[in-house]
Amino acid sequence: MNTYESLSYCHLDARHMLGRVHSLDTFSAVDGPGTRSVVFLQGCMFRCLYCQNRDTWDMAGGTLYSATELIEEMLPYKGFMKATGGGVTVSGGEPLLQREFVREFFHGLHYEGIHTALDTNGYMPGSHYDGYLEKLLEHTDLILLDIKHMDPVQHEKVTGMSNAPTLKFARHLAEIGQAVWIRYVVVPGLTDQPENAEALAEFLSPMTNVQRIELLPFHQLGAHKWQLMDDQYRLSGIQPPTPSRMRALAEPLQSLNLTVTWA
Amino acid sequence: MSVIADSKPSSLSDSAWEGFTAGHWQDHIDVRNFIQANLQPFAQVPDFLETASERTEQLWAQVKALMWQEAERKGPLSIDASKAAGINAHAAGYIDREKELIVGLQTDKPLERAIMPYGGIRLVENACRIYQTELDEGVRETFTRHRKTHNDGVFDVYNHDMLKCRQAGIITGLPDAYGRGRIIGDYRRVALYGVDRLIEAKEAEKSELDHLDMNESNIRLREELSEQIRSLQELIELGRSYDCDLSRPARTAREAVQWTYLGYLAAIKSQNGAAMSLGRVSTFLDIYIQRDIEDGSISEAHAQELVDDLIIKLRMVRFLRTPEYDQLFSGDPTWVTECIGGMSEDGRPLVSKTSYRFLQTLYNLGPAPEPNLTVLWSKDLPEAFKSFCARVSIDTSSIQYENDDLMRPRFGDDYGIACCVSAMRLGKQMQFFGARANLAKTLLYAINGGRDEISGLQVGPESAPLDDEILDYDKVRERFDFYVDWLSRTYMNALNVIHYMHDKYAYEAIEMALHDRDIVRTMACGIAGLSIVADALSAIRWARVRPIRDERGIAVDFEVEGDYPKFGNNDEHADALAAEVVTNFMNHLRKHPTYRNAIPTQSVLTITSNVVYGNKTGTTPDGRKAGEPFAPGANPLHGRDSKGALASMLSVARLPYNDAEDGISYTMSLVPDSLGKRPEERINNLSGLLDGYFEATGHHVNINVLNRDTLMDAMEHPELYPQLTIRVSGYAVNFIKLTREQQMDVISRTFHEHI
Repeated sequence: MNTYESLSYCHLDARHMLGRVHSLDTFSAVDGPGTRSVVFLQGCMFRCLYCQNRDTWDMAGGTLYSATELIEEMLPYKGFMKATGGGVTVSGGEPLLQREFVREFFHGLHYEGIHTALDTNGYMPGSHYDGYLEKLLEHTDLILLDIKHMDPVQHEKVTGMSNAPTLKFARHLAEIGQAVWIRYVVVPGLTDQPENAEALAEFLSPMTNVQRIELLPFHQLGAHKWQLMDDQYRLSGIQPPTPSRMRALAEPLQSLNLTVTWA
Repeated sequence: MSVIADSKPSSLSDSAWEGFTAGHWQDHIDVRNFIQANLQPFAQVPDFLETASERTEQLWAQVKALMWQEAERKGPLSIDASKAAGINAHAAGYIDREKELIVGLQTDKPLERAIMPYGGIRLVENACRIYQTELDEGVRETFTRHRKTHNDGVFDVYNHDMLKCRQAGIITGLPDAYGRGRIIGDYRRVALYGVDRLIEAKEAEKSELDHLDMNESNIRLREELSEQIRSLQELIELGRSYDCDLSRPARTAREAVQWTYLGYLAAIKSQNGAAMSLGRVSTFLDIYIQRDIEDGSISEAHAQELVDDLIIKLRMVRFLRTPEYDQLFSGDPTWVTECIGGMSEDGRPLVSKTSYRFLQTLYNLGPAPEPNLTVLWSKDLPEAFKSFCARVSIDTSSIQYENDDLMRPRFGDDYGIACCVSAMRLGKQMQFFGARANLAKTLLYAINGGRDEISGLQVGPESAPLDDEILDYDKVRERFDFYVDWLSRTYMNALNVIHYMHDKYAYEAIEMALHDRDIVRTMACGIAGLSIVADALSAIRWARVRPIRDERGIAVDFEVEGDYPKFGNNDEHADALAAEVVTNFMNHLRKHPTYRNAIPTQSVLTITSNVVYGNKTGTTPDGRKAGEPFAPGANPLHGRDSKGALASMLSVARLPYNDAEDGISYTMSLVPDSLGKRPEERINNLSGLLDGYFEATGHHVNINVLNRDTLMDAMEHPELYPQLTIRVSGYAVNFIKLTREQQMDVISRTFHEHI
């Protein structure tokens, strides 16, 4: 079983302050506010059936970058970030697997006056609520927290992992007042139950730190990556959710008086 | 040069100029000064805009029906091959006389194409044959036996070298068979001064030359001024045929639009240049429109109708071309370029309510490629205007953007854009334009000793082919430089021939009549294949490139071993190579004498001819296969940019505008979703994207926010959409890399969801 505790590579990299980077994209307008440069980190312990970045799972892959190198890659785009109110988003893969590196990276970005966002599934083992996390969050302006499912059994079916750590992390972020956007992928038959949207609304309703909820319609654009990785893709028969379905799921969330997007 | 015209001084008490602020413009032909004195910038949210009136909709429906018939015929709706075109060759023509507020057609029938044999009778004959129209025997005889054409003149003089280059396609698109275009008359002068006054000024300009010796250039100039004056008289006559007294200045907003348009109409009745651009009329016309609105003589709805009507006319501009021409330029373009916005040198925005009214036509009449609406972007433009432009782009994909902050220091604040990217001071500057040098092919000539890689013919000067097993960077650079030198000379000389003959046999009298006498001329060359050459040189330098030679000894393929930096990733190694190629070619061009001492410039622009260039070029050392298209303009080659859109933009922005002052074109395609989740976010992001690109000194960008049709087209012609990025949260894919099924999936997903 590929558990978080069994991973050692990230500690090794952290000492050298190197990160495993899957790829860079200098232009995204859908991963946080404004236009953003996105760093996709390599490695993930979730096994989401609908994963659109199947090629980021492998913990040992990717290209090694130092935090400084990566910051230098970002700097030319500062003008664009400033003009749109954007910044840098670290995504993946699961960036919390390389939290020491991300902290170093975000620290540097803050020094340069660049807005930082962390796109994560929030899978934090209890032992990681430590000073490192605190320092990381200190330099994180926004967390894009992916909640895959509210029901523990369904969550495990979809991701292969428990949702308890994610929900705990969400509560922690609420406690410390960290700005959060929630992201939820709607997959017909897997995650599109109305009661699930209601459960999500109920879970989020006390959290004043949540600024926005993005319901993301499932799509088939990542399918070819499963083939490239020689892995079996189980969702080839699934159609993207209809707009009316998306709207219906957004409805309970809209009562929270937040920005809710569903396209 | 401006001239005092003292016999008939118009005063501010004349009805034409009543209410305008006085200035230098009254005593001199100085439209810029008139705008500066009377400009009313508008910096707010345009909540005043009106939708199309019923009349406009009815009129436009009639035109659309004709355009549809034309599209179905896949060729001209009709051709008048009975006579040569000219300012007054045709009687007045109408779409629907009762409904038209602004009148004037190129012939006496809407969308009918005239023949313009002064540029070349061969092209006319060819087009008539293809479109099965009988060419009048008298016309044929006149232009084959009695009246020499531009085309005949050029081919009388072309040397062997030029003919070989033309045939091999190493220089493509020489305007040697039709009008050269890229000259913008200052059509606003017709409205502001009336033609009598313009004639008077031209007479004065001519008489100032009376004391000069009759050497070749003075003789030519005097003859040209006489032709200009004659064409102005013809313009008055054209006005008369439409019941407009152009001899006097326009008195109302409607007249100002009408007078300006008739000036332009005279140009497109007599010339069929590849690009027949309009200039920068919107804020000029705004002064008249505001005056009429303020005195209550017209309403906002009527003001919009006038603009809508003008735009309908501009969408109807047609020239007779051949299918090969249409293939080169993907369709039937006319480049009726109109510049909107920009800043005044004193810091005021040149954005007026009529700037908005022009953009509003894209809603009232729907999106369209023509007129080629070009927003001159400055960081200092009003935010409301930036947002409106971004919104129109997202909704229509019909705007291109150019960097006013980059151009204003060079061209002042009253320049226009000819064609796509060529800036020129209105009424004070023109360009001799022509063709593009295929630098990718030139690099192959360097490797193959001047032999063409496709035909095997010796086109360039003969040299020993580079026979190293692995190409040596220094040797390739040295040899490339040698062939660039040869090509630049041949190219410049060919342009000299072309423009000499065009002045002689197909002079643009009416367009030049709407210029000052003493103008700046540029000789605008162009290059194609920049990203291929940059990548090829980078491969040779940083990887190992092994040429594979055929039995003729010509390198027809290349094995590339190892990775190398590629243009389009904001990588300084590759980007510096691209910049060097631009600067070197420009420096070679600067060495050669030019016709009429024109200042040499160049553009990095292919429009859509990148496909044809690709067709004619063998496999290149960067790994691009024979026949595969080039990237458009200055774009990185599709698939080579791996770091996303902004990295690619910055690579292009880094190209030196100083050495490509005729423009650096970049095309960007986006789907609406990739710009953000909500409409206001998309607008903010696109506007910021433009701010960022132009702040980084990018010169030009086409923004495509794609609709379904465009994506369908991208499936058929991936080479035209190098950067089409499909972005959904946390994931990006290059559209052209998807399989056909996936593309269909994207299309259905992107568009069905939002309808």
